[in-house]
Amino acid sequence: MSSPDRDVPLAGAEPLIEVHAHFLHARCGRKDWQERNASRLRAGDRIGVTVHVASILGTWGHTSPIYFPSPADVTLGNDEMLALQKRESGRVRSYVTVNPNDTEHSLREIERCLAQGAIGIKLAASRRADDPLLDAIAEEAARRGVPVLQHVWQHRRRDWPGQEASDGVELARLAARHPDASFILAHIGGGGDWQHTLPALAEVPNVYVDLSGSGVDRGMLDRTLTAVGASRMVWGSDLTMETGLAKLWALEVIGLSADEMASIRWRNAARIFPRNSFPMLAVSASTVGAR
Amino acid sequence: MTTDVHTWIGGYPFRDVPHPDADVLARVLEREGVSGAWVGHLPSAFWRDPSPGNDALFKALEPWRGTLHAVPSVRPGWPRWEHAVRAAAGRGAPALRAYPPQWGMGPEEPSMRELAIACGELGLVLLLTTRFEDARQRHWMDSAGDLSGAAVRTLVRASERVHIVVCAAGRALIEEVHWGLTPAERARVWWDISWVWGPPEDDLAHLVRTCGAERFVYGSAWPLRLTQTPRANLALLPDDVRALALATGDAIVARAQLAAKR
Repeated sequence: MSSPDRDVPLAGAEPLIEVHAHFLHARCGRKDWQERNASRLRAGDRIGVTVHVASILGTWGHTSPIYFPSPADVTLGNDEMLALQKRESGRVRSYVTVNPNDTEHSLREIERCLAQGAIGIKLAASRRADDPLLDAIAEEAARRGVPVLQHVWQHRRRDWPGQEASDGVELARLAARHPDASFILAHIGGGGDWQHTLPALAEVPNVYVDLSGSGVDRGMLDRTLTAVGASRMVWGSDLTMETGLAKLWALEVIGLSADEMASIRWRNAARIFPRNSFPMLAVSASTVGAR
Repeated sequence: MTTDVHTWIGGYPFRDVPHPDADVLARVLEREGVSGAWVGHLPSAFWRDPSPGNDALFKALEPWRGTLHAVPSVRPGWPRWEHAVRAAAGRGAPALRAYPPQWGMGPEEPSMRELAIACGELGLVLLLTTRFEDARQRHWMDSAGDLSGAAVRTLVRASERVHIVVCAAGRALIEEVHWGLTPAERARVWWDISWVWGPPEDDLAHLVRTCGAERFVYGSAWPLRLTQTPRANLALLPDDVRALALATGDAIVARAQLAAKR
């Protein structure tokens, strides 16, 4: 097999927004946290990621559960994420992570972190997506014009330890109640039965499908395209960047037009995040246009 | 010359898989720059007797004889299974597939040890599959579970002639088995990279550094998984390990055949 040219991004030079990324920090209990963060940025550069939109879920389980982070850990994780965004302002943007079980704290965090440059809200698995408790957060997202990235277990058939996971049907209910908010259904390849999710989203136009996750089932991309169209697909990698790259390469051979490919790579994300969220994109897009 | 050691043709019982056909596989390999593949018959893994699938496999691959190499399945303990092993060797198969979890065989299953020994005596590589799908998405009738580390270790130790390729394993299983074997034993086990995580966790880079690149071999799990994944994983390896060469299917077969002649 031929070696790729090191100067050319592996996924091409066109803009690329990763809508689902994570970073670690010093208080998450992992000695290799800096190495992992550096690895993500290095791999992102190799792939050609223009910007990673990322979140930190508290202390990643170190001092409170990953999916049920304490208010203090939520705040710590958000602070770390905002600091990283500041350090890597050319290639990293932040979600504000909240645990909706503490509504007041969640709303305060949203206000605080959006004021400091966060551009979306991350909901993990602290509460089922269709729970009325999430309405206040969805209303705030709509009011402020930021998308909500909702962790989803594709076709959750039972409760799993350590999380109160939601599936596509449950997210669709929340999205139907809040048609003015944009929701990103997390990691269609992130575990569970993705085939169950797709029909649940057919009539909910404000839900976008994030292609991330370690799952790389053949047929997943084609059927997502058929179910929701290229205008509702967004790219990310979550915990496995090689599967993200593989999906980009696979998208290149399933018959998409250049416009559809651009939609998935960056245009859809640029549309659902607040205006001016990605100033680096203007530079990148103009560079591409000049080639 | 890269060979994908982890492919099948045929349908999967628990979900629709697009175009799992030999001609499509041949085109995909050409597109990916992969020179050939070891190919199993996917439905056979779920049949009580896989032998009818072997005939279908050899017939389907016949037009691509130089590129697609049949890897038939043999269920040990089934009447005349020894004949099926000899027949596979006689037809030029580089390896045999076996699916102990799907056949209800635990790590200590005596007939699996006998199959491993028989493969070793004929210079056939034994190819095992850790999983077909992520555990979180399995069909409620798919209750077999993953291949265990104990099962692999038992088979490696069955004979010094046994050579095994384990497909679709992740870092935990690989390390459990690799470091649970003697150096001589672990030199007879290879792992395909289809299910090993890349960055930012960098499991593949870690394993290549600690276990050695020569223990790993290219595999994709086509038609179940995107064939681009192992290529992407290799392309994203950090600089210090990018140039290291993985094992090849041909080299593994050569080792197995050499051991059989001793």
